[in-house]
Amino acid sequence: MTIPFSAVEAAKMIKTKKISAIELTTEAFSAIKNVELSVSACITTLENEALDRARVVQTRIDAGEAHSPLFGVPMMVKDNICVKGVAATCGSKMLGNFTPPYNASVYERLLEAGAILTAKTNLDEFAMGGSTETSYFGVTKNPWDVTRVAGGSSGGSAAAVASGETFYALGSDTGGSIRQPCSFCGVSGIKPTYGAVSRYGLIAYASSLDQIGPIGADIRDCAAVLSIITGKDPKDSTSVEQSAGLDEDLSSMIAETDPIDIAGMRVGIPADYFGDGLDNGVKAAVMNAAKILEGLGASLVDIKLPLVKYAVPAYYVIACAEASSNLSRYDGVKYGFSSGETENLDQLYVNTRGEGFGAEVKRRVMLGSFVLSSGYFDAYYKKGLQARELIQRDFFSAFELCDVILSPTAPTVAYKIGENISDPVKMYLGDIYTVSVNLAGLPAVVIPCGFSDDMPVGMQLTGRRFDEKTLIKTAWAFQKNTDFHVKRPSIWKEGVK
Amino acid sequence: MRYEMVAGLETHVELLTKSKIFCGCSTEFGGEPNTRVCPVCSGMPGTMPVLNRRAVECAILVGLALNCDITHRNKFDRKNYFYPDLPKAYQISQLYFPICRDGYLEIDSSDGVKRIGIHEIHMEEDAGKLIHDPWDDRTFVDFNRCGVPLLEIVTEPDFRSAEEVTAYLEKLREILLFLGVSDCKMQEGSMRADINISVRPIGSSELGTRTEMKNMNSFKAISRAVEYETRRQIEVIEAGGAIVQQTRRWDDNKDASFAMRSKENAQDYRYFPEPDLLPLHIDDEWISAAREAMPELAEEKRRRYMNDFGLSEYDARVLTSFREWALLFENIAELSGQPKEAANMIMVDIARLCSENSILPENLKISPDKISALIELITTQKINRTVGKTALEEIFYRDVDPVKYVEENELLAIGDRDELLAAVKTTLNECPKSVEDFKNGKQKAFGFLVGQIMRAFGGKADPKSVNALLKEELEKI
Repeated sequence: MTIPFSAVEAAKMIKTKKISAIELTTEAFSAIKNVELSVSACITTLENEALDRARVVQTRIDAGEAHSPLFGVPMMVKDNICVKGVAATCGSKMLGNFTPPYNASVYERLLEAGAILTAKTNLDEFAMGGSTETSYFGVTKNPWDVTRVAGGSSGGSAAAVASGETFYALGSDTGGSIRQPCSFCGVSGIKPTYGAVSRYGLIAYASSLDQIGPIGADIRDCAAVLSIITGKDPKDSTSVEQSAGLDEDLSSMIAETDPIDIAGMRVGIPADYFGDGLDNGVKAAVMNAAKILEGLGASLVDIKLPLVKYAVPAYYVIACAEASSNLSRYDGVKYGFSSGETENLDQLYVNTRGEGFGAEVKRRVMLGSFVLSSGYFDAYYKKGLQARELIQRDFFSAFELCDVILSPTAPTVAYKIGENISDPVKMYLGDIYTVSVNLAGLPAVVIPCGFSDDMPVGMQLTGRRFDEKTLIKTAWAFQKNTDFHVKRPSIWKEGVK
Repeated sequence: MRYEMVAGLETHVELLTKSKIFCGCSTEFGGEPNTRVCPVCSGMPGTMPVLNRRAVECAILVGLALNCDITHRNKFDRKNYFYPDLPKAYQISQLYFPICRDGYLEIDSSDGVKRIGIHEIHMEEDAGKLIHDPWDDRTFVDFNRCGVPLLEIVTEPDFRSAEEVTAYLEKLREILLFLGVSDCKMQEGSMRADINISVRPIGSSELGTRTEMKNMNSFKAISRAVEYETRRQIEVIEAGGAIVQQTRRWDDNKDASFAMRSKENAQDYRYFPEPDLLPLHIDDEWISAAREAMPELAEEKRRRYMNDFGLSEYDARVLTSFREWALLFENIAELSGQPKEAANMIMVDIARLCSENSILPENLKISPDKISALIELITTQKINRTVGKTALEEIFYRDVDPVKYVEENELLAIGDRDELLAAVKTTLNECPKSVEDFKNGKQKAFGFLVGQIMRAFGGKADPKSVNALLKEELEKI
C-alpha cells in the first residue's frame, strides 16, 4: 500500500478504512526516525502521546465522527505555538523549560478536527531569523541538501513536510517565516490575512504582524488546515469571522468536481520585485510560472509597488519595537530560565536576559528599545508606521488593476548553513519580498514553481485582504497543471511512503 | 515674600467590576496569594487581553459625572518597565487617546464654589503586590491584583491649598461611591492619590518647579503631605536654594517626605500602541445609554430629600454620607410613606446599632420591608416607641417580622382609656406619699408615678396617654 503525501488524500484513506490513524501515526514515527538525524526539524517528539491520541481518534473515526477533511492525520506544530502540557521552547534557552498549561486556540480547533500531534518543530529563536540557525536547539537542515539552511523561522515545519516526517505542520509568519522556508524546501504554505487566524497561544514576536498558517505538500492541504483554524476567537480581539466561501471551495477542491478555472484572472507582475538583487535562476522560475498562469487563461498585468524599498527598514523598526516589549516578560521571575540568586533585582534581569537570549534576539530587543525611546520615537517608530501606511496604499492601488500579485518569495534559493549568519543586514534584505505583505496585513501563498541550482524555488501570490480564496484557487489551478509540488528530495524516500 | 502653592492631583481608582479588565479572574480584594490569577493576567507567553466592557461603562459614567468629553475613538498603549509585580513587563494603559477629557468638579472652598479642572481620565490595569519576608530576606510576588481595572483621574494644577485638595478628594470619593463604580478604600489601595506640588510668589503667573509626592494612604496623610511639601519648598527657596524636580515618598510615621528619584533617573516608558487590542469605538448611543443609566448622585439626593421630604440639610447630609444609608432610607421612605420617621430610625437607632456592633454601612443587612412595617406599627400607635426600639433590635439581630414579634410577645400597646384610667387611679391610691411630693413641687415624683403605671402594663401602655391621664387626675386631687 502506498501512503500518499497529501494530508487530504491520507484522510480520505482513513475515512474509507484503507488505513487506520494508528497505522498512519506509526508510519509517521518511522519516517521521523529515518530522517530526523539528518534534518533536525523537531525540538520535541511525542511518540507515546501521539499513539495514545491516535487510538482515541480512531475510536471516533470508527464511530463515524470523522467530520473534518484532516481527521486522523498526524501533524506537527511550530514550537512557538502552545500545546498544553508540552514544552514550548520558542527555540530559546529562555523558554527551554517552559510548559504552557493551555492550548493555543488553533490547536484546540485542530484537536476537535481529529489532528494527531507528533512533534513540535524547530524555529529561529523567538521566530527571529530566516534560516533556523538562531535556534538554541541546533540548525535545521534543508532536506534537498543538508549543507543548506531550511529557511526560517518556520524552518522545522517546512523541512518536516518536505522530508516526509509529517503531512502538514503549523508555522507562523511575521515577515515571511512561513513563506520563505516553503520556498527553500519546495513545499506549499499560506500566510493568512492578519486577523484571519487566532493568535491566542502563539508566543508573540511582533503582535501587529504575527499570523499562524499552514505548511503542507500542496495548497489543497493548506486550504484544508486553514478552513479549520480560521475564524473569530473570543480570546483574540484582533481575530475576525471566517471569510465566506472558503469551505465550499475547499469541498469542491477535495471532491475534485469542478475544474479549476482561472480564465480572466488578472495576475499583477510588479517590476519593482524583479530588479537588482534577485537571483537569475529564481527570476527565471517565477517568470516561467507567470507564463504557465497565462497559459491557463490568466492575463498578466504590469503593476507598480515602488515603496517596496522601504518595506525592510519599516518592518525591522516596527517588528523590533513590538518584540522589545513582548519579550520583556522573560525576566527570570515567573517561568522559564532564571539566572538564579543575585545581589539585586537589576542583576537578576541582566543575568537572566544576558544568558537566556541569543545574539539575534538581543540585537532586535536593543534595536526595538532604541526606536521606542524618547527622542528617537518620532524619527524611527513613527516614521515606520507612516511607511507602513503608504505601503498599504501601494497595495490597494495595485489591486485595482489585478486580482493577485505574482512575485518571488526570496531573492535566492536556500543558502549554505553559516553563509549569512554573521551578516545581519544581508539576512534582513532576504526578507524584501515578504515583509511588505505583513506590513499591509494581506494574505499570501507560496508554492513551488521550479528549481535553480538544484534547489526548489517558490513563487509568492499575494491577494486582497481576506481573499485567501482567490489565492488558493490560483495556486491549485497551477498545481493541477504542473508537477513541481510533487517532486520530493531524495531523502523523502526514507520518509513517509 | 509671600508664596502660594500650586498642586495637581493624579487619583487612581480601582473599579468594582466582577472580573478583571482583560481576563475573567475575580477582582475581589484579598484571597490567598496567586489564587485569583490565570495565564492572561499573570502574563504567560502567548496569552492575549480581551477588554471588559463593564470597565469601559464605569469609565464613561465617571467621565459624565465629572463633566468630561467622552472620546469616541479610544486606543490603548503599552507602558513598558521592568518590575516583578508587573508580569508582562508592560502595563496596558491609555496615553494618546484617554477615554475622558476636559471635565471639571466643583468643590466648596474658602472662596466659595471653585471649579477644579479634570485634564483627563484614562483606563489601565493594576499591577500585583510584592510581599517581603523579613525573616528570610526574600520577596514574593502576589498577582491577585494584576489586571484589576483602574481609572487614573488627572486634574489641572488648580489647587491652592491642602483644604482644597481634601475637599476635592472627598467630593470625588462621594461621586465614585454613589456611581457604584469603586469602593474607594484607601487602606486597601482601591483609591490612591499622587500629588504634584510647586510653589511660587503670590502674584506670579509662572509655575515653579514641581515635585511629585507618592505613598499617602489617607486623606489626612495627603493633607499633611501637601502642607509639609509646601513648607519645605518655601524653606528651600527662602534659603536661596532651587527646587529639584523629583519624586518624593511620604512617610506618615515620620511625618516627612523623602526623595525617591530625580528627573534624570526618570524612567523612559517607551509607550507605543497596544497591538493586541483593537481601537475601542464609543458611539453616541453608548454614551446616552450610560447617561440614562447614571445613578442619582449625593448632591441631587440631598436636594431631593430637602425639597420633597422636608428634611433638614443636616439630616440630608448625614443620610448621604453613605450610599448604602441613602438607598436604605429611600427604600424605607417609599415603602412606609414616612420619610421623617425613616430618616430618624436610620440616623439614630440603626446608626447606633451599627456602631455598637462595628458594622460598616456596606455590610449592613436589614430588611427595608420590616423596618417599614415597624414604622407603621409605631406611627399608628399600635406599639409605643420603647417597644419600637426593642423590636428594631430584634429585626437588626434576628431579622424577625415586627408584626408577628409584637403579637407573639403581647407587646401591642394598651390604649383603652378606661383601662388606663383605672390603673392611674389605683396607683394614686397606692402611692399617697408621691402624690404629696408632687403637690409640693417635686417633679421627680411624677416620673415615679408614670413608671409605676407603666409597670402595671408590662411597659406596653402608650406613655403619652399615661402622661396625659395622670396629669388630669393629679390636678383633680
